[in-house]
Amino acid sequence: MAAKTLTIDGKPISAEEGATILQASEEAGAKIPTLCHLDGVYDVGACRLCLVEVTGVPKLLPACTTTVAEGMDVKTDSERLRRYRRMILELLFAERNHVCAVCVSNGHCELQTLAYNHGMDHVRYDYLFPKWGVDNTHPLFGMDHNRCILCTRCVRVCWHIEGAGTKNVSGRGAQARIITDLNIPWGESDSCTRCGKCVQACPTGALSHKGSTVGEMERDRGKLEFIVLAREKKQWVTAD
Amino acid sequence: MKVRLATVWFGGCSGCHMSFLDLDEFLIDLAEKIELVYSPVVDTKEYPEGVDVCLIEGAICNEDNLELLQKIRQRTRVLVSFGDCAVTGNVPAIRNQLGLGNEESVLQRAYIENAQHNPSLPREDGIVPPLLPRVMPVHEVVHVEHYLPGCPPPAERIKALVSQMLSGVEPKLEGAALKFG
Repeated sequence: MAAKTLTIDGKPISAEEGATILQASEEAGAKIPTLCHLDGVYDVGACRLCLVEVTGVPKLLPACTTTVAEGMDVKTDSERLRRYRRMILELLFAERNHVCAVCVSNGHCELQTLAYNHGMDHVRYDYLFPKWGVDNTHPLFGMDHNRCILCTRCVRVCWHIEGAGTKNVSGRGAQARIITDLNIPWGESDSCTRCGKCVQACPTGALSHKGSTVGEMERDRGKLEFIVLAREKKQWVTAD
Repeated sequence: MKVRLATVWFGGCSGCHMSFLDLDEFLIDLAEKIELVYSPVVDTKEYPEGVDVCLIEGAICNEDNLELLQKIRQRTRVLVSFGDCAVTGNVPAIRNQLGLGNEESVLQRAYIENAQHNPSLPREDGIVPPLLPRVMPVHEVVHVEHYLPGCPPPAERIKALVSQMLSGVEPKLEGAALKFG
């Protein structure tokens, strides 16, 4: 494949044609914050946290779904980007009921970590306090919609890695939610294989192993990457 | 001159104040630099004038909270939202999910449905403050200068922020010192 040359944070880089800015930035050593991106599955640009500035383009572009182009000049960090990223994080916290103090993922949460990295010491927007339920019908796992940020990682691992297609998205905007099959209680699903990849993929406390309490939910993302690498490249490499 | 410090306890579990007491020997150093003019741990009935700093624990849940908070803002130079309930609403604000006008239903649930003895609503004009329709974080009501999240913020973090303030540095929590929950 043809190589493209571009500049990321002032550093000249060459990347494969079709590579995303996010992939190319790794080579440049630029760490772009991500949330819906998950190594091993395709990107959808759902969370907007990886927005970058591209010279000559008036709007900000998501690094995970924008492919590199010849002569592109990308900026991954600026006052403006940091301002927007913090704003996005605050809006995510305001949109649902992320009560960290009573969350299974407290202390191991990607949303929390990103918030701290962006200096979020409070949320400037009014919390919406929507009424969402918890689906505890599955024998092994629980789904707390209050803590879901609609990154769709669970949907993508369910379809792309497991191939079960149990998890889906229903509704639009702030009313969108993760559903099981055609919106049935998770415990009644025939398609769910109980593999737990969705639980491994979830960045917050929305999906958890039953029986875990505050701060107990830790995940092993390496397992997902291991499966994909083994399947697609026939390489059996563990993260450690 | 000593810094006039106040602390107040609104809708919270008092855990933040317990954490403050966990400052242990630092409290002795602190006593040389501050005068504690109002707090659940001192016996002052009326919030005084001319307070330099007030640490505010808890969310704004009832009419008493609201009235006192407004008085505190008028009489205090620097307000610190102290702990997750003050910063986010946290657990006390979970009742907001029931929508506006949930005051009756939450009281009903707590004092009638779940009562084992003498089910009755606590109601005494002028003594039991009515609940607000919606629980609010402190900064939704008044301007707040600094935020100290945590449930509760550990003593080390309180010490870091208070020390920064006492040495005249603009307080800023970052890295491991910035944490919710």
